[in-house]
Amino acid sequence: MSARALLLGIGMMLAGASATAADTAPVASGPSAFPEVMALFAARTHGRVTFTEVHELAMLKQPLRSSGELTYLAPDRLEKRTTEPKAEALVLDHGMLTAQRGHRTYTVALKDAPQVLPFVESVRATLAGDTAALERYFTVDFTGEVARWQLTLTPRDAAIARTVKLIRMQGEGAAIRSVEILESDGDRSLLSIGPELPQ
Amino acid sequence: MNRPGMAGTLVWLLLAILAAVIATRTHYTTDLSAFLPRSPTATQQLLVEQLREGPAARLIIAAIEGGSPAARAQVSMKMSQALRRQSGFAMVQNGDAAGLEHDRRFLFAHRYVLSDAVTAQRFSAAGLHEAIAASIDSLASPEGPLVKPLFPRDPTGELLNILDVAGSARAPHSAEGIWSSADGSRALLVLQTRAAGSDTDAQQRACNAVRGAFTRALQELPQDQPGVRLLLSGSPVFAVEARDLIKGEALKLSAISALLIAVLLLSVYRSVPALVLGMVPVASGALAGVAAVALGFGAVHGITLGFGVTLIGESVDYSIYLFVQRSADWRRTLWPTLRLGVLTSIAGFAALVPSSFQGLAQLGLYSIAGLTAAALVTRYVLPAWLPETLAIRDLRPAGTQVARLIQHLHRLRPVLWVVLGAAAITLYLHRGALFSHELTALSPVPTSQQDLDERLRAELGAADVRYMVVVTAPNREAVLAAAQALGQRLAPLAEASVIGGFETPTRYLPGLAVQRVRQLALPEPTALAANLARALEGLPMDGKVLEPFLADVETARTAAPLTRADLDGTSFAAAIDALLVKNGSGWSALLPVAALGSGDLDDAAVKRIRGVVAAGPEGATLLDLKGEADRLYGGYLRQAVELALAGFMVILALLLVALRSPGRIARVLAPLGLAVMSVAALLAGSGSSLGILHIVGMLLIVAVGSNYALFFDRLRADPRDGSQTLTLASLLVANLATVLAFGVLACSRVQVLADLGETVAPGALLALLFSAVLSGVPRASADAVAPGGP
Repeated sequence: MSARALLLGIGMMLAGASATAADTAPVASGPSAFPEVMALFAARTHGRVTFTEVHELAMLKQPLRSSGELTYLAPDRLEKRTTEPKAEALVLDHGMLTAQRGHRTYTVALKDAPQVLPFVESVRATLAGDTAALERYFTVDFTGEVARWQLTLTPRDAAIARTVKLIRMQGEGAAIRSVEILESDGDRSLLSIGPELPQ
Repeated sequence: MNRPGMAGTLVWLLLAILAAVIATRTHYTTDLSAFLPRSPTATQQLLVEQLREGPAARLIIAAIEGGSPAARAQVSMKMSQALRRQSGFAMVQNGDAAGLEHDRRFLFAHRYVLSDAVTAQRFSAAGLHEAIAASIDSLASPEGPLVKPLFPRDPTGELLNILDVAGSARAPHSAEGIWSSADGSRALLVLQTRAAGSDTDAQQRACNAVRGAFTRALQELPQDQPGVRLLLSGSPVFAVEARDLIKGEALKLSAISALLIAVLLLSVYRSVPALVLGMVPVASGALAGVAAVALGFGAVHGITLGFGVTLIGESVDYSIYLFVQRSADWRRTLWPTLRLGVLTSIAGFAALVPSSFQGLAQLGLYSIAGLTAAALVTRYVLPAWLPETLAIRDLRPAGTQVARLIQHLHRLRPVLWVVLGAAAITLYLHRGALFSHELTALSPVPTSQQDLDERLRAELGAADVRYMVVVTAPNREAVLAAAQALGQRLAPLAEASVIGGFETPTRYLPGLAVQRVRQLALPEPTALAANLARALEGLPMDGKVLEPFLADVETARTAAPLTRADLDGTSFAAAIDALLVKNGSGWSALLPVAALGSGDLDDAAVKRIRGVVAAGPEGATLLDLKGEADRLYGGYLRQAVELALAGFMVILALLLVALRSPGRIARVLAPLGLAVMSVAALLAGSGSSLGILHIVGMLLIVAVGSNYALFFDRLRADPRDGSQTLTLASLLVANLATVLAFGVLACSRVQVLADLGETVAPGALLALLFSAVLSGVPRASADAVAPGGP
């Protein structure tokens, strides 16, 4: 019996939220700037930035704050290394997700983890300029222009919609500035991305 | 028919009826028992129990391939729903939510007695503060979405701790909400039968139930899915297939051999009565063999009947010698030689009887009884039945031609030195890998099936367990306590990545004492509330959120102890039944140890585990399943070699007594030795490593081949014997019959039968050839046998 499968299952069981499936609009809407932005992302091969994240949870009296570094290597390696308040790492590589906290390490296939998938795949697919991957899991709505844009992602899959209601990403050209995630239970997180770090 | 003939017939009839009664009332088995030792050592007993009753022996892996992913998922769901309702299965898992539901509920509901982190310190104010702070941190971590729904009831993270300790066994991949292979092309199910692995009938019913459920699920699909197939693997499947295979092969091979030999004899004799009479010793022998094994072993194994094909090959020879060389004084000329041949054969087979490998022991007894009966029928019953007018084709012309041929073969003597040299060199070159050392060499399961099994297991992450720590104690609580102690000392090895992890029954069912200690560690409601209030100071959490936690702890504190019955309906029930076993002397707990990554534990890791076991509770041992199985096989192999040598010595002694001349004995043995060496070299040269049945086959080459050598010896000793050409002709026919019977065996899909056949068939042929080449039939006598003969 896999620990991970059980944990995922218990999460689902206790969440029990009967989320409604996202509407099934087949393709992304948005002006021609969307393909252009995605093409800019697709042309990038790597990036390293700092981030700060604020998590607002209903059960906590004050938000949780964390910060660290994000590293991306095209097309499918994404590392999120948190340094504050506690060192931990989340590495996505070739569709396998490895989470490391303290002496614990978990590895799971991303597609097997519908609760974690939206948090990771939204950012990875955008960074890769992979429109098809984005549209596989989300209904994509693009507004703005290349210099300053906003992507709104709504989960298509019922399993994903059970955890995430909406993802709002803002950016400038081939750079993501912030990722806001509204969870189905009303909790919310905001990931703010700082300037590019030297390689 | 004269008076002695009448008496012989009467005795034969009585014995035949008696044997038939025994044969029809005996029990025929086709399970793996033939391959297991008769009187196992204590460790072998554990191995045998694991092979017959262990969890692995009850595990079926089903894979659905072809069709669309959605269709496979639907079939998988329908199958598991249907099979979960059947009483034959202790567990049916396909990775779906329904299957995991019970497991989840169980672990979560009993987390405070299952988690080894539950101590009084952890539920003090300071302990709670630390545990809750860690859990709050994890809320913001990547696993936050997973932890969040559990938090209000489990703020100390006991469930995570249980899962952590359970290890990070790789989960199968999922597709469409169910388990699938890594590439998504197969849906996977795991089933555990309730019945023991040794109950082949029950395993067959289980396999049929799975196939039936698959067919029905397929029919219920909205659209036709023509490409969807079901693959089954696992020990129960193997056991059933092996049984069907052995059953089918034993019948088929006997029938084909009998048919081929009948065709051979008919074409030689050109007489139906001769053919029918010739089969009497064969049938009598087979009946006697079955009856003897039934009496000696209490049951007859199917594989013994398969081996019995060899009996057809040899016992038919006797009547061939009788019919072809029939003369007034055959009792004086032919019978002594025939008798010596029978005795050498019996000596060869007698060497197998003491074997601890049951299949061999049965083969030995079967052949001794069969050959004795066939020889006695040929000597005392058959002659009285032969009509005066039994007309079989005159074989003298053929014999003359054989004699001429032998004259030419004579010139090949120098070639035999080359053969000897080549065989010796080949054997020397292959000396390192001459013998096979794995028990799987005996397995009746085809290699393709074994490969499929390995692949499916790898996809499931359910590697075959090789090492397990076994501990025994007089009662259940004592064995659970021992397992707990062992687990505590194995855990550091897992943490230090010496081993990948281990299973233990105490993970799902801790001993009553341990449960009591954990319950006592939980504070009473008022104390817990007070501790919690102080614990939350400085944490961004309102006590209100954690009210479900207080309620859950109180429920756990006052709950009745966890029992085996609470595990019903979870997949842990199957695990606990497999890991906690009641046996004759008490209880055993099994702690299977997994290697880091794939493959086996390395020597250093095994040494560390041995250290743990040595320091551990009394009655603990480390069982190396594969090593033990291979040692068992090694024992068989060593014994087979020893027994073959013993059989050879007996044959040598018999020849000494009968021939009384070292020169004659050497001439009899030289071609046999050369035949054995050549066959061994052929097998080694073609890439086979020699197994037990090859070695037994070599003994049989000597036993059967000595008949030929003895006849040639008689020709040489008594060259004026008029029946010479007929002797040669009958030798050739008899040899052909033997080669045919063993040749059919060589084509068997049961490995052990094929091994025997592929050794004896060429060996018998070479024994005759080499005997002929070395026979030294004087030229004069060959000339003397003009057509028509004396």
